[in-house]
Amino acid sequence: MSYKLVKRMFCSSTIKKPPRQVCIVGAGPAGFYAAMHLTKNLDSVNIDFIEKLPVPFGLIRYGVAPDHPEVKNVINQFTKVARHANVNFYGNVTLGKDIQLHQLRQHYDAVLLTYGAEEDKVLGIENEDAGNVIAARSFVGWYNGLPSDKDLKIDLSCKTAAILGQGNVALDVARILLSPIDELRKTDITEHAVSALAKSKVKEVYLVGRRGPLQVAFTIKELREQLKLKNCSTIWRKKDFEHVEDVVPNLERPRKRLTELMLKSLNESGKSVDDLNSNYFKPIFFRSPKKFIVDSNHKVTGVELTCNKLVGEKLEDQKCIPTHEQEILNCNLVFRSIGYKSIKADNDIMFLNGLVPSNKGVVDDSNPDLAKLYVSGWLGTGPVGVILHTMGNSFQVAKVMCEHLTGADTKIKGGFQEIKKIISVNNNNFVDWDGWEKIDKYEIEQGKKLGKPREKICSIQKMIEVSRA
Amino acid sequence: MLRNIVKNITAKSLRAVGKNNGLPPSLSHQRSLASVSKTELALKAEKVKVTFVLKDGKRLETEAKVGDTLLDVVVNNDLNIEGYGACEGTLTCSTCHVFLKQSDYDRLPEEPCDEERDMLDLAYGLTDTSRLGCQITLTKDLDGLEIQVPETINDARN
Repeated sequence: MSYKLVKRMFCSSTIKKPPRQVCIVGAGPAGFYAAMHLTKNLDSVNIDFIEKLPVPFGLIRYGVAPDHPEVKNVINQFTKVARHANVNFYGNVTLGKDIQLHQLRQHYDAVLLTYGAEEDKVLGIENEDAGNVIAARSFVGWYNGLPSDKDLKIDLSCKTAAILGQGNVALDVARILLSPIDELRKTDITEHAVSALAKSKVKEVYLVGRRGPLQVAFTIKELREQLKLKNCSTIWRKKDFEHVEDVVPNLERPRKRLTELMLKSLNESGKSVDDLNSNYFKPIFFRSPKKFIVDSNHKVTGVELTCNKLVGEKLEDQKCIPTHEQEILNCNLVFRSIGYKSIKADNDIMFLNGLVPSNKGVVDDSNPDLAKLYVSGWLGTGPVGVILHTMGNSFQVAKVMCEHLTGADTKIKGGFQEIKKIISVNNNNFVDWDGWEKIDKYEIEQGKKLGKPREKICSIQKMIEVSRA
Repeated sequence: MLRNIVKNITAKSLRAVGKNNGLPPSLSHQRSLASVSKTELALKAEKVKVTFVLKDGKRLETEAKVGDTLLDVVVNNDLNIEGYGACEGTLTCSTCHVFLKQSDYDRLPEEPCDEERDMLDLAYGLTDTSRLGCQITLTKDLDGLEIQVPETINDARN
């Protein structure tokens, strides 16, 4: 009889319980914030991240604009979490393909879905498939090095571009199009994007909103940055701001300050001197795209817009309705930036209105034979809010998980030891945290040669190679 | 963009930007060990007491160096405030949001700049005495400062 067994027989009360096995699907901010809370608040837990890409950090790496390196500092906090002995990363493993949800729920004590919202919403209007009508999400993926977007077809040889939507993604797209190229060269923007943008002829970017200045979705920081952009003038349409000034005093502070900044810019825009080399940023309001106008090659040449008006007494209850007026906006490049949507990664995932419905993050605890299922981040809340909101939501869900996991005893689960057997039937190429650190180091070295903080690897095959070097 | 921020904010926050931006934690740690200048030595003698009061009533009392920001205090003393200081003091998030007593708020030497207010506008439960911890530099006067940390477990969309 081994010593361990004897010890277990006689001192069972002092023996440490085997760690609770938690699987987090998606290694973006939602997943990392949940892991942060779980590692801090559970005595004995093992956390396995399963991530579709070989690399971690999700939208911090592939969403945050390259000229916002400060926002990416949060990677340092996430890296600390990942380096915990009881946290593991398994990249290049896809839920619904390499592994099924019910298998995860069989071999873990809890499964948390945090795989976000990776697709863009479509308008569903005529000629949306025309050439040079680009999903803002793909453009962002293209300049940020997302492997699936590296070959994006985009023609930047025209003068005028229109962005449909007025959120922060729309402003990121505008800023990248209008920024002096030498500013971008210093960032970790991909080389393929820099060389294309260096040849760009785009000088005028419209930002088209369905509703009015009081309903814009972008935040003040992003607007302030755009207004200060070198060599770029902002032109508003005075008519869009009728009566806006009157309601400013009654607005809550965030909306008030944002509106005041727009009004200040509107009042200053007359003073700016026209410069032949200047770029133009032109937000327009109360316009919904009705259809794309195309040439004989099915390439976009303009957008037909329906003019809208707001109805309703109280400002906060106002609704936007179409009028009979139409307007044509001539442009040879259009970005669709009306939001992201989640995908149903596995057949067993319940989906409602584009997200996974839950009760405070608990998706399903009805089957005693399977692990409880949770959701946090954009997959559970919808694709809105900044990182602070994702953080709060993930902490909240992780807190509920902690309560459940500290509860009654359950059977010992195999965790990744079991999952690995299933995955390796089709995929022997998962990338662990050491592998990511090799990729990270390689990218920083490649960046150094180009005078930038990092040059991302844009091929999954190459990532796997480097991770094994 | 970084330039824009730097141009428009106070020397204090500029210091924070320069100090933290892009440095992995290991590096910034080394840095604080390696570069002990004379002024820093002089400042070392000057300590003040600071208390962070969490939403659940827990009080985190600590000694802090004059010249440090509240974010520095949390990081250097390893205070357990979850998620605090995601952007490492570069005025691009609001995870270091704190509430001050009105009298403390009023005696701070500098008012929040536009960029700080911009980030505060995204914080939960914004109050008239809200500040970002990364923008408050401790002075001797602030000895005994008590800071309320808002609840982060919150969901604006619910």
